[in-house]
Amino acid sequence: MDLFVINIIDGLIYGLLLFMLSSGLTLIFSMMGVLNLSHAAFYMLGAYLAYQISVITGFWVGLIVAPILVTILGAGVERYGLRRVHQYGHVPELIFTFGLFFVIEELVQYIWGRSMVNYSSPESLDFIAFSLAGGTIPAYKVFMLLISVGIFVALYYVLARTRIGMIIQAALSYPKTVEALGHNVPLVFMGVFGVGTGLAGLAGVIAGPSLTTFPGMAFLLGSIVFVCVVVGGLGSLSGAFIASLLIGWLQTFAASYNVGAADILIAMGYEFPKDVYYHPWRDLWTLTLPQIGPILPYILLILVLVFKPNGLFGKRET
Amino acid sequence: MTNYSMKNGAISSSVPWIISAVILIILPFIFTGGGSITIMNQIGITIVLAMSYNMLLGQGGMLSFGHAVYMGIGGFVAVHVMNIVENEYLWLPLPLLPLVGGLVGLGFATIIGSFSTRKAGTVFAMISLGIGELIAACCIIITVFFGGEEGISGDRTMAPPTFGIEFITQKEVYFLIAFWVLLSTFCMYLFTQTPVGKMANAVRDNPERAEFVGYSMRWVRYVSFCAAGFFAGIAGALFAINYEILTEQNLNLNMSFQVLLATYIGGVGFFLGPVFGAILFTLLQTVIGLQTDLWALYTGIVFILMVMFLPTGLTGLFAMHLIPLQLGRFGLLIKPYSKIFLPGLVFLLGTIALIELINHVRHHGEEQFMTLFWIEFDTRAFLPWILFSLMTIVGFYLSRIFAREVAEAWGEATYIEGERR
Repeated sequence: MDLFVINIIDGLIYGLLLFMLSSGLTLIFSMMGVLNLSHAAFYMLGAYLAYQISVITGFWVGLIVAPILVTILGAGVERYGLRRVHQYGHVPELIFTFGLFFVIEELVQYIWGRSMVNYSSPESLDFIAFSLAGGTIPAYKVFMLLISVGIFVALYYVLARTRIGMIIQAALSYPKTVEALGHNVPLVFMGVFGVGTGLAGLAGVIAGPSLTTFPGMAFLLGSIVFVCVVVGGLGSLSGAFIASLLIGWLQTFAASYNVGAADILIAMGYEFPKDVYYHPWRDLWTLTLPQIGPILPYILLILVLVFKPNGLFGKRET
Repeated sequence: MTNYSMKNGAISSSVPWIISAVILIILPFIFTGGGSITIMNQIGITIVLAMSYNMLLGQGGMLSFGHAVYMGIGGFVAVHVMNIVENEYLWLPLPLLPLVGGLVGLGFATIIGSFSTRKAGTVFAMISLGIGELIAACCIIITVFFGGEEGISGDRTMAPPTFGIEFITQKEVYFLIAFWVLLSTFCMYLFTQTPVGKMANAVRDNPERAEFVGYSMRWVRYVSFCAAGFFAGIAGALFAINYEILTEQNLNLNMSFQVLLATYIGGVGFFLGPVFGAILFTLLQTVIGLQTDLWALYTGIVFILMVMFLPTGLTGLFAMHLIPLQLGRFGLLIKPYSKIFLPGLVFLLGTIALIELINHVRHHGEEQFMTLFWIEFDTRAFLPWILFSLMTIVGFYLSRIFAREVAEAWGEATYIEGERR
């Protein structure tokens, strides 16, 4: 039971982190119809920029400045890259963002090297917030949780209650009409792309210390984020939110319960083979839940796309 | 009359194939070094893979992020078959092994395609990405088939000899690969000439109208997808024969990206585009890869620039120049081109030198001297920094000026009377 509660909290933190990425991705997709495959690269960029700033000035300045830098970079990519590719159609746009992912990954390795960098949480958050019957929750995780919830609330407020949010929502469904009403839709696009990548950058800034900052971090999280967006339904913010939490919990629980296939097989009445390492079904016998944890999201993705191509909450044809 | 012209057509259309066959046979006698034959083998494999990828992207309009999977699966099975043949449970001469790989690729594509080709565009791309990640992750888990992190390996020389050839040397393998490259290319060309191949283009360009003509776009996509899987499997078996080992690296997302890169650089809109792309990409990878560890960065940047400014690829660049040639105004272009050549080169060299210099100082800072373009110099002196920066800035500035002239000359050279500009 204690493990269960700890896992609920850990999964929630991870899920909200995923949502910070998937929300930006969803906004960008619903606006521009392009799935930004380089999204996770901006997440990594956020972590590395924050590390570089934190070396000079400490963690807190990095927390503010790095997401802003990533926002500017993202807006630049939209203005000077994506807008040009847009005229060729959707497939080149996808190819462009896919290529950008690898270029940013290479650039990060070029600048900061191929091994991990020492980006750590601030000392003022280096204590245990509370303990739950044996397990402990460090203060930094509580901080991550607060930031994510804060972002979620702010995003909801901006989209639902402000004028800019109204324009964005209108442009989601009727971009032509919004343009005809005199709004600068390209500027809105640039802004949404910038803010979306900026959110990914912020996620990188707060995730860097706890998930380690290394060149593979974008790859590790990137495909999971696409899974969230597609499973939730492309273009649906609430769908992305629910899918992010779902996958956050799915991965956290799979990683911490060491259920093996052997247990199930023995319970079903099969006998454990003597020489398991030479047995033809050795992979099945040695399979454990933490092992298949990383592939669960992809299985979910394929199942959803096969049986419900619009995702769990998507209405939009893709 | 028709009979005569058909016969004539058959002869004239077989000429390019005969020429290619002759070139493929002569090549190893021109480039005799062991290194160059290794590179040529790699080029051959990449050609088959890139062309099969183009069946999806170029001809069918389906963007796949997991094409390496079909090559990888075909290759893994080929290695297993190689091991079975070695243990004499099965009699199979090595030159027929690619067929096995192809059939495996076809089988796998039949399963995956049955649901993934329902939609084109983003959904197809996402499913391919998901499958790619899934199989790559399974590589580590299912060790019986994929061999875990170290992969699985075999021995090609243990197969029964074919006409006395045991495929011990690289050169013998080269001829095997060359044969399959030519055969696959020919079959893929024939595929583009079939009604399904033609309809694939129609479905790519306008799926709705293709439906109205009476073709199911899903069925057309499915057939193209299976055919692409077949040829990717052939490439995988060729890979298995050439390297005798397959690992997770050969079917992960990175590999799929390389396939996309090679195909796109060559030009997706043309049948032969991927051939040029595969040759250029492999040369970049092997030759530049030896000179600098930043080759992935360079190819990535070239790729991005290409998507932005030259979406038709290198073949498209050549095809573009056919218009002024046909109009007889190619002469107008020669002067501005020769003018931009030198500043462009200076800019390029300056930028590369700066990038390499920064890389050296950042990651190999303990060594004071570095060698670049066969010249050794001191990285802590001011001169190289100033020189390279100047080259970059001046080269860029002059290129910008001359680029305008090129654009003007281009407009003039391709201007057609009466056509709206």
